[in-house]
Amino acid sequence: MKLLGKLDWSAVPFDQPIPLAAGGLVIVVILGVVALIVAKGWLPYVWNEWICSVDHKRIGVMYCTLAMVMLIRGFIDALMMRTQQSVAFQSPGYLPPEHYDQIFSAHGTIMIFFVAMPFVIGLINFVVPLQLGIRDVAFPTLNSVALWLTASGVLLVNMSLVVGEFSRVGWLPYPPLSELTYSPGVGVDYYCWGLQISGIGTLAGGINIVTTILKMRAPGLSYTRMPMFCWTALASNLLIIAAFPVLTATLAMLLLDRYLGFHFFTNTAGGNQMMFMNLIWIWGHPEVYILILPAFGIYSEVVSTFSSKPLFGYRSMIVATMAICIISFLVWLHHFFTMGPGGDVNGFFGIASMVIAVPTGVKIFNWLFTMYGGTVRFSVPMMWSIAFMITFVIGGMTGVMLAIPPADFILHNSLFLVAHFHNVIIPGVLFAAFAGYEYWFPKAFGFTLDERWGKAAFWFWVIGFYLAFTPLYIMGLEGMPRRMQSYDVPQWHMWANIATVGALSILCGILCMVAQLVVSIRTRDQRRDEYGDPWDGRSLEWILPSPPPEFNFAVMPNVTGEEPYWGLKEAAREHQRITRPVPEYEDLEMPRNSPTGFVCAFFAVMMGFALIWHIWWLLIVGFIGAYATLVVFSWRDIRERIIPKEEVARIDLENRAKRNLALQEGRI
Amino acid sequence: MTATELHGRDPYRLGHAGVEGHHDLATGHGEGGPAPKRIIVGYGFWIFLLSDFVMFSAFFATYAVLRDRTAGGPGPQQLFDITDTALETGALLLSSFACGLMSLEMERKRLWATEAWMLVTGLLGFVFVFLEGKEFAHLVSMGHGPQSSAFLTAFFTLVGCHGLHVSIGLLWLGTMMAQVYFKGFRHYIQLRVMCFSLFWHALDIIWVAIFTLVYLIGVRG
Amino acid sequence: MGAITSRLRRARNRSAALLRALAVVSPIAIAGCRYDSVFTPVGPVGDAERIIILDSVAIMLAIVVPTILATVAVAWWFRASNRRAKRDPNFVYSGRIELVVWSIPALTILFLGGLTWISSHDLDPAKPLKSAVQPLDVQVVAMDWKWLFIYPDQGVATINQLVAPVGTPLRMHLTSATVMNTLFAPEVGSQIYVMNGMNGTMWWQVDRPGSYLGHSNMFSGDGFPGMSFEVKAIPPAQFAAWVGSTRGQGPVLDEAAYRQLLKQSSDLKPYAYGSVTPGLYDDIVRQKLPPGTGPVEAGNKNPFVRPVRSP
Repeated sequence: MKLLGKLDWSAVPFDQPIPLAAGGLVIVVILGVVALIVAKGWLPYVWNEWICSVDHKRIGVMYCTLAMVMLIRGFIDALMMRTQQSVAFQSPGYLPPEHYDQIFSAHGTIMIFFVAMPFVIGLINFVVPLQLGIRDVAFPTLNSVALWLTASGVLLVNMSLVVGEFSRVGWLPYPPLSELTYSPGVGVDYYCWGLQISGIGTLAGGINIVTTILKMRAPGLSYTRMPMFCWTALASNLLIIAAFPVLTATLAMLLLDRYLGFHFFTNTAGGNQMMFMNLIWIWGHPEVYILILPAFGIYSEVVSTFSSKPLFGYRSMIVATMAICIISFLVWLHHFFTMGPGGDVNGFFGIASMVIAVPTGVKIFNWLFTMYGGTVRFSVPMMWSIAFMITFVIGGMTGVMLAIPPADFILHNSLFLVAHFHNVIIPGVLFAAFAGYEYWFPKAFGFTLDERWGKAAFWFWVIGFYLAFTPLYIMGLEGMPRRMQSYDVPQWHMWANIATVGALSILCGILCMVAQLVVSIRTRDQRRDEYGDPWDGRSLEWILPSPPPEFNFAVMPNVTGEEPYWGLKEAAREHQRITRPVPEYEDLEMPRNSPTGFVCAFFAVMMGFALIWHIWWLLIVGFIGAYATLVVFSWRDIRERIIPKEEVARIDLENRAKRNLALQEGRI
Repeated sequence: MTATELHGRDPYRLGHAGVEGHHDLATGHGEGGPAPKRIIVGYGFWIFLLSDFVMFSAFFATYAVLRDRTAGGPGPQQLFDITDTALETGALLLSSFACGLMSLEMERKRLWATEAWMLVTGLLGFVFVFLEGKEFAHLVSMGHGPQSSAFLTAFFTLVGCHGLHVSIGLLWLGTMMAQVYFKGFRHYIQLRVMCFSLFWHALDIIWVAIFTLVYLIGVRG
Repeated sequence: MGAITSRLRRARNRSAALLRALAVVSPIAIAGCRYDSVFTPVGPVGDAERIIILDSVAIMLAIVVPTILATVAVAWWFRASNRRAKRDPNFVYSGRIELVVWSIPALTILFLGGLTWISSHDLDPAKPLKSAVQPLDVQVVAMDWKWLFIYPDQGVATINQLVAPVGTPLRMHLTSATVMNTLFAPEVGSQIYVMNGMNGTMWWQVDRPGSYLGHSNMFSGDGFPGMSFEVKAIPPAQFAAWVGSTRGQGPVLDEAAYRQLLKQSSDLKPYAYGSVTPGLYDDIVRQKLPPGTGPVEAGNKNPFVRPVRSP
């Protein structure tokens, strides 16, 4: 037995300069950032206040940061795919199949699991406790563990760039292609272990948020008073709890096939590959709604705030959200109508899939009527929302087309399908994440983002989106399959080139967003959010200063109606001062920070790496390390730290004074 | 805790505005504010258990699909020995019973009685794992390992996943024994033991399903 | 593949329906381009599927376009700077509007649901095509990375070329010698998954002579782009002549030749086997013949870390 298992120098792709250079660059950047932190003496701050933080706000911010960094990685993959298809007409292009296949697999995996998921989970983490009027989530340390396990998955997947290879079988590893016979390399193992580890994190986060929403709301904040975003977060996390265990089980089965020669999905000994498709889509379809429901929540908040109106048809929205939540478990088979299950089964699942369009349509109309009669301000978050409403209905339409089995028989697995799901996920989830980022950024950091760069980014993104994906619809109708590394059909070539132009426009959009962040940080003193309500908001998070103190609420709010903050604000405007009396402050207990999450994740990465490379001793070391970490954590005696009431009073009174001033000057 | 009254409006005519909240319910149902820690921890752990049930249901479904795919090899009727499995079942159920007694002793804060019942719980759990290991080793030695057919693959995975849960439970139990011994009955430690017993009883429920659906029905054919 | 691409470049009369369809689907479709797509079907299956796509799009556009226009109009009219807009910040609930917003999508889906149910049954790929002509049996095997077409009654086989008599229903039995694939020709019609150890049935029919592009639509590994095939539709008389001239000529497809084919290769030029061992297809489906062996046997240097497709 070799000490390092399968690992040797042949694992490093010296023959492929692109991943090698990219990986090298990433390593240099990471080392540079670490060196900067150490050299500037920021290490204690970063370690104590961020890495060890169990504060839901900081954890939310770190989730979103992770998502944005991974968005760049995933987008570079996309750009390489588009340029390859531009040059690979009657030519092999510049990416050989073994590399190109890794790129589209990595693109899908990263965009879903490490961009869309952490972005929405991060926003949920940041916003939901604030909207519920509470100090933290139900299990703060578990929250930190969840974050760092997600980051572990990210690290493993990105490690595959320079050590070994990534999966080459697509973002879902359909067997038998993903079985050891047809994919003997380490790529599928990287994929599986990366997702298993981050999946545990996702599940832990889901349990946390559901418990928080169901059991920890502020007094009086009954279900029918919760902001829409909390409702959608609840629905989404319920789906996580019900769906992610299936993913864990399915990937475990695939891993058993690969590692121990089991026969779940193999061609031989009675394995059943169709079972994999059923199982993975029983997770996979709800996963789509795990992403889109919180996005709907963000749009609900944004459209209502920037129309200066309460959300129209609140009850309908709740019903629609929960209807989507339930129906999403009844449609998985529409991902494989072409398996040939017959007219009855296909018809049933086709109709069930279309039924989801009903509550979704209701939501669109309700946002429309929220704007109706309102005072619409075209700030950047609102622009993303309107672009979403327009673009998403097109994606929904092509989705219903694909839900008709006979139409699917000629569109399945073509670029039409690719265009469709980008058409729902980009405006649906990504635009929502951007809207939420712009909308809650001042709450998190105390200053607003630059509008001009934000609008530039918006236009590049939206125009780029249409330029990139309209051609894909056409290429799909012209019969081009997805995942083509090269092709000979001339009529596809022009569309591929147009799509590349679209991707370049999106690149400009991303660059504008980077510029926006840089410019905003440099001019932060002119763009301070002084009293914590920059958008004339309506829900409880806007009652707090920006950024909110660690304990969020100086005293727990007692809610007696819908839109409690708005009601309070109207009264305050009338009197030109805050009408609620100064409360009696008390000492507050907050959970202590802990490195448990980070250390656990360290050992999780160690175990994942050991499993991928068959380094069994390292696996044992990692397991013992993780266990020891949990024991040490559970042994600690002082679990909370006290924030003295003087501190609480100081922070709250300061904010009251600023708000009173703003009220007198008529700025609120 | 002092609370700030936030008088909201009632734009949706749901009839809530102005209604005073009931402050002492403390169940987290909205009116009363955040529930006490014990409720939150128990609730969260229950949700975890539900998610675990979902995972097991995936393995059960897989077993149902692959049960008849024996690839020409032996099926459940030829392989399962119901006597050994009945012993296993007895050990696990008794272990759960001991776990229940342990919880009662913990309520009374009797250290040694609690520790003793924890030990009994653990030993019976160990007997279960040992018997299951023996059954597995026997099957493998006969050449009916999980690699020989899809049916055996599904069987070993479903039963083995439960066995893995029991083994992790044993590790957890040992840790809790040490913690109770060194730290006594602190509130948060009692919560952990409560979670452990929820876990242990949940594994019983799963085992009853496995015993019925895999072994009893399997032997009957 | 040259014949196919030249065929694809070939100008073809477009029906008015096609123009409308493209105008619908791609607002930026450039006039003057020639299309070969699912909108230019050459057989009854593709034709029926095209009509379903057009119907459903038409139905949905009736809602989608007004919704988009209304969104833009409402957002613009109620912009903060518009003094003429009548503000009503308390307009947050209306039972009548709720009824309408639920019923519009519900009715649409009810209608489309009916279309779905009926068409799912009518166009099930396994449903025999009605025709006075005796159907032709073809056995299809997906391999790494090529298509094997066996004509059991004629005793011949082809690689990467489906020779089809015009106007004759093709009763295709499909399996895979390797991973999952789908047999698909955009202008002909349906696709279904082909899987090892399983036998699927699908009916095709080509009504217009010509050469059409076909490929696998389901990604199957590194050689996937080189897995396309040609659907060569010829008049029945020519087909008989082709069978006559092929049978007994050229290579023989027996077990040994099949095992040779199992090895990974892609971009194969079409060729024919003059003779096929009877029952070969059944042996593949029943797994008497083993599935493909993947890249390990293809002479890889370091297959368990980073396998590279053999040249």
